[in-house]
Amino acid sequence: MAMENTSSNELAVQLVDVNKWYGEFHVLKNINLNVTPGERIVICGPSGSGKSTMIRCINRLEEHQKGKIIVNGIELTEDLKRIDEVRREVGMCFQHFNLFPHLTVLENCTLAPIWVRKMPKSEAEKIAMHYLERVKIPEQADKYPGQLSGGQQQRVAIARSLCMNPKIMLFDEPTSALDPEMIKEVLDVMVELAEEGMTMLCVTHEMGFAKLVANRVIFMDAGQVVEENEPHEFFDNPQNDRTKLFLSQILNH
Amino acid sequence: MNEFKPLPSLPPPASMTGVVGWLHKNLFSTPLYTILTLVVGYVIIGSLIPVLDWAIFSANFSGDDRTACETGTGACWAFIGNRINIFAYGSYPASEYWRLDICFVLLVLSFGPQFFDKFPYKMWLGVFSLTGFPVICFYLISGGAFGLESIETGKWGGLALTLMLAYVGIVAALPFGIILALGRRSEMPVIRTFCIAFIELWRGVPLISVLFMSSVMLPLFLPEGMNFDKLLRALIGITMFQSAYMAEVIRGGLQAIPRGQYEASKALGLSYWKSMGLIILPQALKLVIPGIVNTFIALFKDTTLVLIIGLLDILATVQASITDPAWGSVATEGYVFAALCFWVFCFGMSRYSQYLERKLHTGHKR
Repeated sequence: MAMENTSSNELAVQLVDVNKWYGEFHVLKNINLNVTPGERIVICGPSGSGKSTMIRCINRLEEHQKGKIIVNGIELTEDLKRIDEVRREVGMCFQHFNLFPHLTVLENCTLAPIWVRKMPKSEAEKIAMHYLERVKIPEQADKYPGQLSGGQQQRVAIARSLCMNPKIMLFDEPTSALDPEMIKEVLDVMVELAEEGMTMLCVTHEMGFAKLVANRVIFMDAGQVVEENEPHEFFDNPQNDRTKLFLSQILNH
Repeated sequence: MNEFKPLPSLPPPASMTGVVGWLHKNLFSTPLYTILTLVVGYVIIGSLIPVLDWAIFSANFSGDDRTACETGTGACWAFIGNRINIFAYGSYPASEYWRLDICFVLLVLSFGPQFFDKFPYKMWLGVFSLTGFPVICFYLISGGAFGLESIETGKWGGLALTLMLAYVGIVAALPFGIILALGRRSEMPVIRTFCIAFIELWRGVPLISVLFMSSVMLPLFLPEGMNFDKLLRALIGITMFQSAYMAEVIRGGLQAIPRGQYEASKALGLSYWKSMGLIILPQALKLVIPGIVNTFIALFKDTTLVLIIGLLDILATVQASITDPAWGSVATEGYVFAALCFWVFCFGMSRYSQYLERKLHTGHKR
């Protein structure tokens, strides 16, 4: 028992036999996943395969009904305090950015540090400007999200998450809603983040990104993990027929 | 080398701009439009002249009784001038009018600056108008403290009473409405059921019966000796009634906020109240400003219904005055005056809401 505890403390994220239902629909089936700190994981699969649902369970945007999810040594249960603790350490970027349209870019970034971390405003702004510089849009700080392009908005969203100094970052199809010309600027930021050793779980179909930064690629279908492997093996030598079919569909056109 | 050069942007053609362009485009673009413009213009001018003649050119503006108005064919504004104090202050003692004047000046001072972008202490003024202002006004108007003569609520009336009812109704209905709207969307069944029951109950009955119940029925149910002021009961009735309407308007706004906003604020670790207060409500309330102001305007005009429980607002004082034999038939003048008073305040609210919408617009709507 003691052994198990220490081992789970070393993991950034641990999913043990996680099951989830939407009403009658069994959306996650016996998911097991261990993520060590600093690991970059790319999750792919057809739509409806449960990949978004799985990473949304990690910060409890979705509840799981069976199994165990342990994030940074904290098990997610009904306990709201624990959920808040986990959310403070886990950043998330969404497909549709979900910036707050009534706040400026800078206010978007300082909101959580000020209200959740109780940081003084001046310090929060300093940190926000630091991260806005890292995503290369400090000059947009006083604009509203509605005045920015999609790519810029997604970079603000990444900066907003980083301002909370998270230990783990979740990306839910961060480039799927972007024009082709803007995908690269977002991926560049994500690659940089990966190179600095951030623990990342990323739902994406950007296979170039997966090859470049992922330690592991996970392929899901029908709520199950079908195959997982390190990226080169995964792309060059897929084992499962379902994986082969999926790869042939997304790579050959 | 084949370099891509975008074409230069040119100014629009001259027929689209200027007064002539506007006239041509909007009034005289086709023969049919020309005829319609002429006909409508004739009707407008033809009806405006008699109205102006009645209201201004043939009207009597001064005098103390009906003899002043026997000479002219137009409106008898002398009647309004003669009764203006009753319309404004009701039966409040004349020697104490200054108290209501101070309240009115405070009202103007705390809301006037809200129209100016650059005014620095707007937030504090806002806080004052919701907290300090009602308290000061209450003590000033009712007296009984600080050496002021106590004046019972039965003597409050006229425009002062109308404004009081509307102000308290508006200031109290908004927070109650917000809480009810949040409650109705709550995941806790007890809270949700309570809020639904409350909203549906109050929305399902006419205001006039709410006022009647509060005035006539409620004292029957209260224990012996426990009796509180009629005006207070009316205020509570109006507030409950309007907060039910307000709740539904605000709920509409809450439902229009995309789920992503809730998720993003959760993912950042904001608690329920913080995410509501900082993220969801500011956006939802902004979306439903037209609906909120609509409710406010309706409330302002609904205050006239307090007549049936014996409170004399501005309309009631006008109605009482026009039957005075000292003035003959001045009903039109009286009602026009009352309508103008309501219109001024309602139009003011409407303009302020449009100003707010423009100011809070942050370019996310395309």
